[in-house]
Amino acid sequence: MTRSEITPSPDVTVPRSEAEIAARMKALEALMIEKGIMTTEAVDRLAEIYENEVGPQLGATVVAKAWTDPEFKARLLANATDACAEMGIGGLQGEDMVAVENTDDVHNVVVCTLCSCYPWPVLGLPPNWYKQPAYRSRIVREPRAMLRDEFGHDVPESVEVRVWDSSAELRYMVLPQRPPGTEDKSEAELAELVTRDSMIGVAPVRV
Amino acid sequence: MNGVHDLGGTDGLGPVVVEQDEPVWHAEWEKAAFALFATNFRAGLFNVDMFRWGIEQMHPAYYLLSPYYEHWMHTAEHYAIKGGAIDPSELEAKTQYYREHPDEPLPERTDPDLLAFVDAAVKGGAPARRESDAAPAFQVGDRVTVTQDSPHKHTRKARYIRGKTGVIEQSHGTFIYPDSAGNGRGDDPKHVYTVKFTNAELWGADNAEPNGVVYFDAWEPYLVPAAVPAEGATR
Repeated sequence: MTRSEITPSPDVTVPRSEAEIAARMKALEALMIEKGIMTTEAVDRLAEIYENEVGPQLGATVVAKAWTDPEFKARLLANATDACAEMGIGGLQGEDMVAVENTDDVHNVVVCTLCSCYPWPVLGLPPNWYKQPAYRSRIVREPRAMLRDEFGHDVPESVEVRVWDSSAELRYMVLPQRPPGTEDKSEAELAELVTRDSMIGVAPVRV
Repeated sequence: MNGVHDLGGTDGLGPVVVEQDEPVWHAEWEKAAFALFATNFRAGLFNVDMFRWGIEQMHPAYYLLSPYYEHWMHTAEHYAIKGGAIDPSELEAKTQYYREHPDEPLPERTDPDLLAFVDAAVKGGAPARRESDAAPAFQVGDRVTVTQDSPHKHTRKARYIRGKTGVIEQSHGTFIYPDSAGNGRGDDPKHVYTVKFTNAELWGADNAEPNGVVYFDAWEPYLVPAAVPAEGATR
């Protein structure tokens, strides 16, 4: 059995400067364009999709609908992929989605310890902290301490903490608890309260 | 591979740095690095498991210190060279050119099919679910133990669950097997299960936080029936 196929080049243990990374990326992009594999239009289109079209605002509409429509909520928890598809939400890195519900007794939090898997169709692209070694290493070992120390979210010991490590191709989102005092709010008003962090599970939804 | 990417349970990696009002892109080069995943996948240069395997083979120190999307550049570069799409010397020459002329424009090319692919891929996805006639070896509620062996190449069997015993919580059907597809050996679909581990099982009773569990999605070959029946088990 062979081991690594890639021999690291001698310079790669030293971080590159931003200018060096930019030059390298531009060179790679230029070659990919010349070889007929890439275009700047495709780069711009993908950037625009995840900047303006696909992001946590979509997940927020799913959560608000689940809070206001018990039958939808039941379908979401039974099969999140199908339930999101009802709302026209789905696609890349969300081909098989699972929604996990926070209750008075359970708090859920999502991670990918091996890389940075994340439910793109409902949350967009992940924030840097989600991809950083500090979060990925510790959230499975000390989730309660980490939520308290790093995110200011104190989960009482009576509440079970469930960590979901997205190690396969299932993508997890948290259905946070609806905050008290929001009984009179419309679905659209509720969606505005729902944050990315609450759907990763590192924060509650606050009014 | 027992690599640095396999971070679950590693201590001492410092505080989480949360950026308030973080933008989607921190630099222009990140957009192109992100796009490489879709465009070079379409060109047949890698699948998603191979893409991850390329990242896992970065130098560990560099992996920990480099910006995230540079990992994507690294793996895309590796497979572009390996697949014969580009030559290392032309990449080096072109890099030198842009070092000296950072504001020079990129070559122009239009490709309506590629643009259509981008939109279709984002909406339609690239499902990893694959049909298989194989019956699942485990049922929900079964107690299973993760095998201890350490594969040299790509695997999703993280170190922190190896040798640990948990309970099958959900059964998801059959998916591409990364230990095959990531190592260039075809889809070889296997059943995937969500396995629940208690904190005490993973970290030991003296170190574990109370009242908590970790769910890990495991392909069937990672699992064997647990040796000890659950009678009065505290796990």
